[in-house]
Amino acid sequence: MPPIISVRNLDKVYASGFHALRDVSLDIRRGEILALLGPNGAGKTTLISIICGIVRASSGTVTVDGHDIVRDYRAARAKIGLVPQELSTDTFEKVWATLRFSRGLFGKAPDPAHLEKVLRELSLWDKRDSKIMTLSGGMKRRVLIAKALAHEPSILFLDEPTAGVDVELRHDMWRMVRRLRDEGATIILTTHYIEEAEEMADRIGVIAKGELVVVEDKATLMRKLGRKQLTLSLREPLERVPDVLADQPLELAQDGHALVYTFDTQTEETGIAALLKRLAEQGIDFKDLHSSESSLEDIFVGLVHGKPQQAAA
Amino acid sequence: MNLHAVKAIYRFEMARTFRTITQSIASPVLSTSLYFVVFGSAIGSRMGDIGGVSYGAFIIPGLIMLSLLNESISNASFGIYMPKWAGTIFELLSAPVSFIEVVLGYVGAAATKSVMLGVLILVTARFFVPYQIEHPVWMLGFLVLTALTFSLFGFIIGLWADDFQKLQVIPLMVVTPLTFLGGAFYSIDMLPPFWQRVTLFNPVVYLISGFRWSFYGIADVDVATSAFATLGFLALCLVAVWWIFRTGYKLRS
Ligand SMILES: Nc1ncnc2c1ncn2[C@@H]1O[C@H](COP(=O)(O)OP(=O)(O)OP(=O)(O)O)[C@@H](O)[C@H]1O
Ligand SMILES: [Mg+2]
Repeated sequence: MPPIISVRNLDKVYASGFHALRDVSLDIRRGEILALLGPNGAGKTTLISIICGIVRASSGTVTVDGHDIVRDYRAARAKIGLVPQELSTDTFEKVWATLRFSRGLFGKAPDPAHLEKVLRELSLWDKRDSKIMTLSGGMKRRVLIAKALAHEPSILFLDEPTAGVDVELRHDMWRMVRRLRDEGATIILTTHYIEEAEEMADRIGVIAKGELVVVEDKATLMRKLGRKQLTLSLREPLERVPDVLADQPLELAQDGHALVYTFDTQTEETGIAALLKRLAEQGIDFKDLHSSESSLEDIFVGLVHGKPQQAAA
Repeated sequence: MNLHAVKAIYRFEMARTFRTITQSIASPVLSTSLYFVVFGSAIGSRMGDIGGVSYGAFIIPGLIMLSLLNESISNASFGIYMPKWAGTIFELLSAPVSFIEVVLGYVGAAATKSVMLGVLILVTARFFVPYQIEHPVWMLGFLVLTALTFSLFGFIIGLWADDFQKLQVIPLMVVTPLTFLGGAFYSIDMLPPFWQRVTLFNPVVYLISGFRWSFYGIADVDVATSAFATLGFLALCLVAVWWIFRTGYKLRS
């Protein structure tokens, strides 16, 4: 199946002269959840804004379900719902009125039943007649989500949907996103919570300094870049790693009270058995050991600092 | 065209009007009525007729135009400036609409509001000053055309302004002087010949003159000229909005 969104060689230079996106190409698959990660100012919002028609690209093309976003903007935009990063709401309006407005704006005939469904799912039904300014921050964010869903879009952009949202609500939101995906929608979200991407995404894209560093299936990314560490708590602290073990990927930690062994999860042979034998030969005794797997966060930090290989080392 | 979008914007804007009815309708009607009391009844009785029309009746078309211009500009500029200021404009920019839907919705609502206001002032004036309307169809035509044109002009100001001061500066520094010097309170042949000629560069003169003609059949300038001048300004504003949306000027970075 052709990708639902196809981004080709996208460049963005803002009027200030700032180069926010550099040659970004990306295919978004129909029905997937794609998480975009990247530090503040990486260009995530810029990329989303270009696809949605809010910011103009300096060069490059984007097609949405085969429709060019410039030439055929009506067809392209009608398919998209956007929840922006900023909490911009019509303060003086009532929830219901803003939803009706959003639906109409995107060219759909009124459908109170659909709006009711959306509001109920976001636990906002009781608030339908409240002015938006009387709502809490988390509720306002849900109003924005409801507005984005009002016209039944097949593609949903969520720019940091869970910033400032409590744990329970975050889980509700994840559930909703999954259900939307199960109904066939494609979802693109940005987040600074790595566990959110890990939990939700089918694929993960990492943007740093305007460049798309990597896009990968989540599992592949984890496998490719993941590493495990074995930490041994020593009975007697060491001053340095013995010379005979210098060929091993070993480091001292906790002032010499712990020895950390790093190994690749992809290899069949971890080398742990051999290591333990050699430690015994050296008379290095340990009282405890535990292993840990690198999280997406470690991978992410490695990527953003431009050292992907090191992250995998 | 996306008719649902036009309807949605229009409804939304009209709802805003009725929510702020005191400020958007009641207060301009009240302040214009004060003019009728002061100039029409109190001072007017001591002034001579102009072109066979009592002073109190003479100033009615001009006063209505004055309110119409101010309110059209402020309604329409505010209507589009608010979403820009609050950030909610993102929705409009990401929606499947062109400048046509946006203008029809926003400017249509602002103009509707102005026409309602104009009619209300006209009705209110009746309580203070007797007047007649010789060409009611033309009168309505000028009313609607002026409301549309200046709502469009206000819309452009709202798009252009990036702070509250800019939003106010054109109405205060340009429009108000032009309307006061546009012949609302006098006939331009009461001016010295030099100023008569200068005045002809003031577009508001044409509006007021044409509008007054529809009431009493007296005009400072030819009615056809008035109508064409207004239509010309409308066309100019339309081109400006089209250009703004086409280039993304001040809207899309
Ligand atoms: N209108 C603008 N004019 C000039 N520079 C801009 C503009 N909008 C964004 N930028 C710059 O472009 C860069 C990318 O911004 P963007 O908002 O896309 O980042 P982001 O990845 O979404 O960051 P965050 O995680 O903080 O939301 C930033 O350095 C920002 O300062
Ligand atoms: Mg952002």
